[in-house]
Amino acid sequence: MFKVEPRPETSKFWSLASPLLALVITILLGSLLFVALGKDPVRGLQVFFWEPLSSGYRIGELMVKATPLLIIALGLAVCFRSNVWNIGAEGQFVIGAVAAGGVALLAGKDTSRLIVLAILLAGVLGGMGWAAITGVLRDKFNANEILVSLMLVYVATLTLNYMVFGPWKDPAGYNFPQTKTFEAVTQVPRLFPGSRMNIGVLLALAGVVGLWIFLFRTRAGFAQQVGGLAPAAARYAGFSSRKALWTALLVSGGAAGLAGGLEVAGPLGQLTPYVPAGYGFAAIIVAFVGRLHPVGMVFSALLMSMFYIGGELAQSRLGLPKSLTGVFQGLLLFTLLACDMLMAYRIRFLPSTSPAQT
Amino acid sequence: MDQYALLLASTLNAGTVLALAALGLLINEKSGIVNLGAEGMMLCAAIAGFAAVVKTGNDWVGFAAGIGAGALMAAAFGLLVIWMNTNQYATGLALSLFGAGFSAFAGITYVQEKLPERPRFVLPLLGDIPVLGPALFRQHPMVYFAIALVAWLMWFLYRSRSGLVLRSVGESPESAHALGYPVRRIRLAAVVAGGALCGLAGAYISIIYTPLWVEGMVAGKGWIALALTTFATWRPARVLLGAYLFGGITMLQFHFQSTGVEIPSEFLNMLPYLATIVVLTLISRNPAWIRINMPASLGKPFYPGT
Repeated sequence: MFKVEPRPETSKFWSLASPLLALVITILLGSLLFVALGKDPVRGLQVFFWEPLSSGYRIGELMVKATPLLIIALGLAVCFRSNVWNIGAEGQFVIGAVAAGGVALLAGKDTSRLIVLAILLAGVLGGMGWAAITGVLRDKFNANEILVSLMLVYVATLTLNYMVFGPWKDPAGYNFPQTKTFEAVTQVPRLFPGSRMNIGVLLALAGVVGLWIFLFRTRAGFAQQVGGLAPAAARYAGFSSRKALWTALLVSGGAAGLAGGLEVAGPLGQLTPYVPAGYGFAAIIVAFVGRLHPVGMVFSALLMSMFYIGGELAQSRLGLPKSLTGVFQGLLLFTLLACDMLMAYRIRFLPSTSPAQT
Repeated sequence: MDQYALLLASTLNAGTVLALAALGLLINEKSGIVNLGAEGMMLCAAIAGFAAVVKTGNDWVGFAAGIGAGALMAAAFGLLVIWMNTNQYATGLALSLFGAGFSAFAGITYVQEKLPERPRFVLPLLGDIPVLGPALFRQHPMVYFAIALVAWLMWFLYRSRSGLVLRSVGESPESAHALGYPVRRIRLAAVVAGGALCGLAGAYISIIYTPLWVEGMVAGKGWIALALTTFATWRPARVLLGAYLFGGITMLQFHFQSTGVEIPSEFLNMLPYLATIVVLTLISRNPAWIRINMPASLGKPFYPGT
């Protein structure tokens, strides 16, 4: 039979191999799902994993969706590494989008191009402010940040709905719940003609470098993580857990808010009830699948973006519901967590065949 | 007067959803395990239950399907968390995200379906009492089941031997293990029981509470139920009271709307979520109070030595 035993130290190999193994298992389970739905699994996998890469335009679209995922996940990595469970990035994203949208609505035909900066700043501050609510309640009142940040997602979404159904509704919009389309000057500059990719991609990559330096090359970054790994050691070293809490929440809230700002002043161009696209939740999966490592998360953000585009293609090509995306994303996180066991434990096959062994 | 009877009746109805789920999570947490997957389990149970009623026309088959779906997902969660020592928060979150995706996917063909008209339940004699009858005695049997469940849980947790063992596993798994109790199997049983009750709550939503299927229809009730166990400081009777309180807050918005109070509906819809935050903040303000009542090993992994 076999026996599971703890490894003396966590396996470096499995730390990298486990996300890949999880992906393989997810693909296998996905193929089974396609078969169960009476679709050709090869065609199904092709739609999910090949077509999003099949042209320059598609790769651009892949980046467009990967950008908010990566930016949010970078912030969440700071949280999860310091054992702060902010799972309300979706709400911080939405409030960032609302704040950024509010500034964008102020723009007129001859506003300076610099308004883009103000829009993005508003997004960052909106997200930070929203995360700060969780921060105050956790810091001053010891309220559980998981539940508070999640409840605030619903409040944020309803706030957005109130704005677009009420005060900000476009009077010339045939009563649709949406703001007017923002002026062209508010558009975040694009990178190339013919693609919707904008400077958000560069900001995300700068974030990757910035996070890497912060986590692995600064004392503050070290202090931030010790609290998550060994609270007692952190206290002994004099690292403030309150500071870690606030850094984690403000960074992740600001990042999610920035992503929200980039989204409304980029691909969306107006506020609608469809601003919350689940990026805040998918980014949690991005963060874990990317091992909370800045570089790892680049790959997992691209993968998760592929699932989004694959879901849309599966709808148009195979007549399957778009929600297939959520199934794949959830499965991936699930299998990843299971595969992660291989990091801390090893499975030893025992030669003995005596029946009483376990 | 009649509208208050109606408000009370709908409060009990809404509170029952939360009570069933929160009582399940209470059993779950008494064993020392937090399952953040409540929302996902309830969503999958809601579509499983709804689909079963559409296919068979029988509510009870629907409830059974919901219970099955919840228990199955909880078992998967339990295997990962208890035997593979995965992080409880991350795994629960995975369950919630997966459940949201899977239920939306599985439910796509049921969006337009309607359930057949079913007779309303009225208790003989008691249901005819003016005001009190419509308020209290014309409820679905599940409403009374939730109350009975609380009574049973109070006996089980604090008066029975098995309840004592369950609590000891949540307080100190090492001691329970040393005494020879199968800690991991007890925890799995508690997690599955929790999932089954969350499943029942999910099925109640899509079969009785709002008899239809809409993507994401659980609308955070799983998370509110999680908050309720903390709010109730892990006491069954307080869970029930808390559930009715939140049921009342949920219903208050409809009451305001029907009496024509001039508040935008979005703000009224925020009430249950804001109330959860407020209540959670008030109860957590005193850390000692939480520490005394919380199962001591809640959220901490246990792996018996090799």
